[in-house]
Amino acid sequence: MLRLQKLTKTYKTGDQALKAIDLEVPAGQVLALIGPSGAGKSTMIRCINRLVEPTTGEVLLGDTDLAKLGTSALRKARRSMGMIFQEYALVERLTVMENVLSGRLGYVGFWRSFLRRFPQSDVDEAFRLLDRVGLLHMADKRADELSGGQRQRVGICRALIQNPKLLLVDEPTASLDPKTSRQIMRLITELCQERGLAAIINIHDVALAQMFVPRIVGLRFGEIVFDGPPTGLTSDKLTEIYGEEDWEATIEKVEDDEDIEAAE
Amino acid sequence: MPVIEQGGTQIWKRRTRRESLLRWFGWLLGVAVFMICWQRISDATTWFFVWDAPRIANDIWTRATPPRWEYITQLGRPIWDTLNIATLGTIIALFLSVPVAFLAARNTTPSRVFIRPIALLIIVSTRSINSLIWALLLIAIIGPGVFAGVVAIAIRSIGFCAKLLYEAIEEIDHGQVEAVTATGASRWQVMAFGIVPQIMPAFAGVAVFRWDINIRESTVLGLVGAGGIGLQLSSSLNVLAWPQVSLILLVILAAVVISEWVSAKVRGAII
Repeated sequence: MLRLQKLTKTYKTGDQALKAIDLEVPAGQVLALIGPSGAGKSTMIRCINRLVEPTTGEVLLGDTDLAKLGTSALRKARRSMGMIFQEYALVERLTVMENVLSGRLGYVGFWRSFLRRFPQSDVDEAFRLLDRVGLLHMADKRADELSGGQRQRVGICRALIQNPKLLLVDEPTASLDPKTSRQIMRLITELCQERGLAAIINIHDVALAQMFVPRIVGLRFGEIVFDGPPTGLTSDKLTEIYGEEDWEATIEKVEDDEDIEAAE
Repeated sequence: MPVIEQGGTQIWKRRTRRESLLRWFGWLLGVAVFMICWQRISDATTWFFVWDAPRIANDIWTRATPPRWEYITQLGRPIWDTLNIATLGTIIALFLSVPVAFLAARNTTPSRVFIRPIALLIIVSTRSINSLIWALLLIAIIGPGVFAGVVAIAIRSIGFCAKLLYEAIEEIDHGQVEAVTATGASRWQVMAFGIVPQIMPAFAGVAVFRWDINIRESTVLGLVGAGGIGLQLSSSLNVLAWPQVSLILLVILAAVVISEWVSAKVRGAII
């Protein structure tokens, strides 16, 4: 469904963040993108919805090449790609409800959105989503009153109300504590399953990625150096992605976790 | 190197010897310049008038007190005009400064090369000319009266408000803007949902702050004929009616204190 072909991004400074990336994500597949800081993970998902303009290459969503779209066509295409951010990126001074409804901006005209007169169907859907993530009682709170985990749930609702085919998730758990991180990852993967969404999840935490995601892609210096199931991430592979380090602890811990999960 | 090794112990000092000497000379130079200036000013002063000052001040004080309280009946209308000049001027300035601020902010301007310099020019030129001078110009163009005062205050305030607003726009959290953009929102929607909520506190703060300043500024506009209480002030001064002058100053003081109180309340409510 999503296909990147020879996607390259060179920043003005001359740094090549992405070097001819080829990647295919079938519909409904959740994929974790791991790699050290500066490997180009954020750049890659931002090149897909063109928050960062790719330098060359194609980003094929279905049959359309997103890299070639004009402004208004790009806006339409962005509606089908929900994005979730590391620091939640909620509009702090708006209410939870307004934040969720802002996911519909691509579908609603300026004045309707400005006057907050969203169609009733959108409002219904917003309530359904807030209920699904357990935040129905928070609908009227301002976003800056929420805790980290709650904010990220609102962020998820905002992405889902777009009715996307693809989720772009940028470090969803980097600002959260370990328990909340797991809850958020579980929520994201569950929701993707429920709705048959494909997702690309940037994530630092290798163990967390292995726990929840069936396919892992490793990025190093803008190149894909690993693409396979979590079990394929051996100590050697991790060294190839991140560099020399004792990886045994990381890998073992994951297996333990999986045992616990299975036992539960 | 501020670290000197001396007999095995490392002694750390804030500055090297060279730096301390340089600083010492800097201070010496500063004090010397100050003394020279003091000398020059002293030579250029007619000290007779200065020694005389307490007596004159006392003289004016006795003439000015008590204020001519019954004159207050004639001040109601002018002080009302003054308040209106300040308030209307501020509102007009806010309306005009919002687009200027968006054009001037690096992250929202349509063109950094062409439009931003124009917006900055508007900000600098309106800000750098005092409202009294604007009023003088405007009286020549549209004639004396309250309207000239309103326009003078408005023009003077555009630059001030736009500058503070565009700085607020440049300081917004880009993540929130990015998130709204990613939903497929249009340029205007990104502005309304991603940027405006973030600058609302700054906007409200700037509005009351400028209104507060404008009340003070509009009290003197009458001196050049642009309406308000300054008109009474200048005519009273011209005929040396000191008891009236003192009453006018009291009224202005009261107006300023009240405006200060109001803006403090409003600011407290918003932030």
